[in-house]
Amino acid sequence: MTTGQPMLIEARGISKQFGGVEVLSYVDLDLHAGEIHALLGENGAGKSTFAKILAGVHRPTRGHLKLNGQPVDVTSPIAAQRLGIALIHQEPVSFPDLSIAENIIMGRQGGGLLSRVPWIKITTDARRYLDMLGVSLDVTRTMRGLSIANQQMVEIARSLASDSKLIIMDEPTAPLTPREVETLFDIARRLREEGRTIIFISHRLEEVRMLCDRVTIFRDGAHISTQTIDSISDDEIIRLMIGRPLKKFMRKHVATIGDIALEVSNLTLPGAFEDVSFTLRRGEIIGLGGLVGAGRTDVARALFGVAPAASGQITVGGTRASIQKPTDAIDLGLAFVPEDRAGHGIFATLSVEHNLTAAIPDNIAPGWFINRKLERSISRRSVEDLSIRLASLRQPIVELSGGNQQKAILARWLLTEPDILILDEPTRGIDIGVKAEFYDMIGDLAEAGRAILLISSELPELLSLCDRILVMSEGRVTAEIPRAEASQENIIQAAVPRSGMAA
Amino acid sequence: MTFLRSIFARREAGILVMIVIFCLAVGLHKPQFLTGQSLRIILLLTPLIMIGAMAQMLVLVARHVDLSIGSMLGFSAMVVGLMYRELPDIYWLVGFPVAVLTGAALGLGNGLLVTIFKLPSIIVTLGTLSLYRGLTFIISDARQINRSVIPTELKAMSRTSPIFEIPWIILIAFGIALMTYVVARHTQLGRQIYALGSNPDAAPLRGIDVTKVTLIVFVLAGALSGLAGILYASRWGFVNPSNTGAGFEFQVIAAVVIGGVSINGGVGTVMGTVLGVLLLGCVAAALPLLGIPGSTQNAIYGAVILIALLIDRSVRQRGLASMSRA
Amino acid sequence: MSVTTDSQSQELAPSRPSWHVVLVRPETMTFLLLVFGLIGASLLSPFFLDVNYILRSFTLTAEMSIVALVLTLVVISGEIDLSAASNMALSACIFAWVQAAGAPLPIAVVVGLLAGLAMGTLNAFMSIRMQLPSIIVTIGTLIFFRGLAQVIAGDRSIRVPESFIGINTVMVAGVPLPVVIFVVVAIILGLVLGTTVIGRQIYQIGTNQEAALHAGIDAKRIKVGLFLLLGIVSAAAGIMAASRLGSVRYDLVLGGELQMVLMAMLGGTYIFGGRGTILGTFLAAWLLVIVSTGMTVANLLPAIQLTVLGILLIVAIIATNFIYARTQR
Repeated sequence: MTTGQPMLIEARGISKQFGGVEVLSYVDLDLHAGEIHALLGENGAGKSTFAKILAGVHRPTRGHLKLNGQPVDVTSPIAAQRLGIALIHQEPVSFPDLSIAENIIMGRQGGGLLSRVPWIKITTDARRYLDMLGVSLDVTRTMRGLSIANQQMVEIARSLASDSKLIIMDEPTAPLTPREVETLFDIARRLREEGRTIIFISHRLEEVRMLCDRVTIFRDGAHISTQTIDSISDDEIIRLMIGRPLKKFMRKHVATIGDIALEVSNLTLPGAFEDVSFTLRRGEIIGLGGLVGAGRTDVARALFGVAPAASGQITVGGTRASIQKPTDAIDLGLAFVPEDRAGHGIFATLSVEHNLTAAIPDNIAPGWFINRKLERSISRRSVEDLSIRLASLRQPIVELSGGNQQKAILARWLLTEPDILILDEPTRGIDIGVKAEFYDMIGDLAEAGRAILLISSELPELLSLCDRILVMSEGRVTAEIPRAEASQENIIQAAVPRSGMAA
Repeated sequence: MTFLRSIFARREAGILVMIVIFCLAVGLHKPQFLTGQSLRIILLLTPLIMIGAMAQMLVLVARHVDLSIGSMLGFSAMVVGLMYRELPDIYWLVGFPVAVLTGAALGLGNGLLVTIFKLPSIIVTLGTLSLYRGLTFIISDARQINRSVIPTELKAMSRTSPIFEIPWIILIAFGIALMTYVVARHTQLGRQIYALGSNPDAAPLRGIDVTKVTLIVFVLAGALSGLAGILYASRWGFVNPSNTGAGFEFQVIAAVVIGGVSINGGVGTVMGTVLGVLLLGCVAAALPLLGIPGSTQNAIYGAVILIALLIDRSVRQRGLASMSRA
Repeated sequence: MSVTTDSQSQELAPSRPSWHVVLVRPETMTFLLLVFGLIGASLLSPFFLDVNYILRSFTLTAEMSIVALVLTLVVISGEIDLSAASNMALSACIFAWVQAAGAPLPIAVVVGLLAGLAMGTLNAFMSIRMQLPSIIVTIGTLIFFRGLAQVIAGDRSIRVPESFIGINTVMVAGVPLPVVIFVVVAIILGLVLGTTVIGRQIYQIGTNQEAALHAGIDAKRIKVGLFLLLGIVSAAAGIMAASRLGSVRYDLVLGGELQMVLMAMLGGTYIFGGRGTILGTFLAAWLLVIVSTGMTVANLLPAIQLTVLGILLIVAIIATNFIYARTQR
């Protein structure tokens, strides 16, 4: 179809494993010189991993790359830069205390440590590259305080400075205003005319359609399809992105839905989410779907008082609540299993037992001292109830598998006897077998009359577990879909931002 | 200096204003403070601190800290003093390379501990602070190097002058400041030190050899402390195992932090540091004139460090605020 | 490594055998060093077989050892305080100055303690409220407190009244009072750290402050409390030192921060927080007494002791880091 154009990159059989899990398997992909190529896929489909392999951030477990027909080994980001491959992160990496000019040039000059820094040349060069992009910035000022859009421009100027033939932009438009997006696209088109290749990773189909020549769709770590943008419809793209047959998992019983447990109205935290309202009843499971960065986790953190909302109302069990810190939320019967297990959940080097009882200090220490027997029996019961597999309660929790760590965190919160459970990506990074156990548990919890807010990026999980699904996009609730009407298609439709280019 | 606008330039202007106001205020009470004679006193108070401050500035910019500077100064001075005592016929200038190399070796020790074992530099240098001090006692057998041992030519450097009646040690100190400026500002090494301190995670992504740069910074700090060591012998004419360089690291940290060098790395200029040193010198020179006992000096240094930390924080927060507005 | 064995080993990671758990602990290392130190020292001089001699030697560092116990809690919580020795000096100077100015002794003691509390408050304000790194803040306060002590006392020694001198000669069942206080404080803090919710939460904060926040633990409040406690205990220790020495100078326990940090590190407290025990610091305090009196008996210069302390600090950190890296993933 597009033969005749010279090939810039030929990737063959690229695979990558992280800790025994294959996140990318046998990806073949050709990139032409002078094209803008979109990579599409759900969260975790492997597109970012692939981009990072091209840019030398990760080494592939298997497979090889050719650049301009020559086999190459991209061993590090610096090696990638020398080969003319640049990766522009969504939030660019920079040295905030150095000048813009230095950030553009840093790592490119040769010479020994004591060689002179040619300031005049650096400044004029930097200015020239920014002029090429049509950006007017004072290159002698420091990076600190620069807007994200301008930081991206500096990164792009950097890639020009190293004369990059391949520029990878990983979701560059997410933090930009519509006008900034416009500027970025103009620049991208100009770079294409110069014969450079751009990989454009985005969730916004409109943008892809406006900018890109070809699209490649990834799913579950595999390359699914590559087509010219004109030969494929939006619906077809969405279908290919979802693609996989729905794993059938159904809740055994649907619980009887009771009184309102939690009512949220007009909750707003500028920069994170806006005007979020919903009600959650006892025995109900509400799913919160959407793309990563849509503001779902921020809502959860606000409800739990980790990063309280700026305005809006939260009503718990019929009375208005002021939740300013997690203890407020815990006192009101809320519990929150956070997404970042290692960073926000576990105390890695402490024992399983101490992890389990962290949220119920009063229960294990009825008097002045911790009652070890009591603590032991409480923990043991938890371990049995959730069938957490471990060798000893005294084991440091990091020695457990991811799934069992996650069970322990859930157990920690169940011990507080919460009325309302917020689960943020509870099954991420967990073996399939343990996942099924989790689904059972979540169903049972609802049946026992608890209200559950389930944040998940896995559509089958939302579809099979939830009574209702709220979808968020760019900080707003864009859809509320009852169980009966929910489908992968209408969730994705609501999750994919469309407003960006319309403005 | 077209490059250095924004906060730093303002910061330096601020220190300059503080120096002027301070001097005028003192001068109002004691007019003799505003004479050339007291400028000479101020300048004579500062050379050692100036050199130490250049060392500490480089270390702080790289997002580390070196508490052992005073002990390295003492040890190097002692090595040189012993050399003069044991080898009375040796040419006096040999003391300079000996002192610098001794200091560099001690600095390398710090650097290796920090880089190999990935230990926080503040704890490592707290350890070497006493370790090097103890070694000074051991090599000297706890005895002082007396005035008679120090070569006359060396002692004369604190009084005689090649030009404008400015003593040698002051010229050397400003020479070091100038060299530090050139290294920090105009060499790849200097820029890599700033880059490393500004964002240690990004440094390797931009091809910076973090271990090498860190080692060089600590070796430089040691070498400069060694130089300050031999100048100590010149200035005071003796080397004492317990006094020489004791508490020096704190004066140096005070000067550097006043000068606007950030404890979070990546930020700091030679100009600011020089001004910080001069401000400390003015304060030290003014105290006796005003009849304030010299014993208040340390309290002032301490208070100044705490205030500088708070200023540093508020400057940073304003920076963050402007970023989120943008 | 194949996928299956990896997931299996993760699924059912065997816990380490209990002898391993007990043996490969930093406190065990401290204890063994203590035993070897005692054996070596008693070969050096029969003095060391005399318990009274060791107890008397211990009174020289008892005050610092008491502070080191509290410092251990601060380090476990993920902070550090290098200003405690200066706090001791300033509190002692204020105490001595107030009573020299004619105030009754109890008032002077209370003023001294309040001064210590104020110093702890300043550290807490700068480190926790203003969120500046405590390691740098307390270097500033180290200089500041010591400088203020110099302002108050100048180069003079301030005498304390005869009636107040000699806490180290007061015997409780044949044991010098400072040693008794040290043991009592160690037991209390050991119980707090090991058996109460606060103690548990100190470990949790030091291990992962974010996780602690998410579990509803008020990290800031606990850390502020620890800084205040350290402030007031340092003041008490400073006043005890004044009683032992009979007079106060601004350079009381000059450089003592090194020994305090050393006791904590040598006892196996992890410099990055989350691990450590009171028992470890307790043993390390005795170990240091054996080492330094051993060196004195062997007629080593006091200065060499400084070298040894410096080396010990570095070796202790490297060793604890190594042990923790090996025993826990």
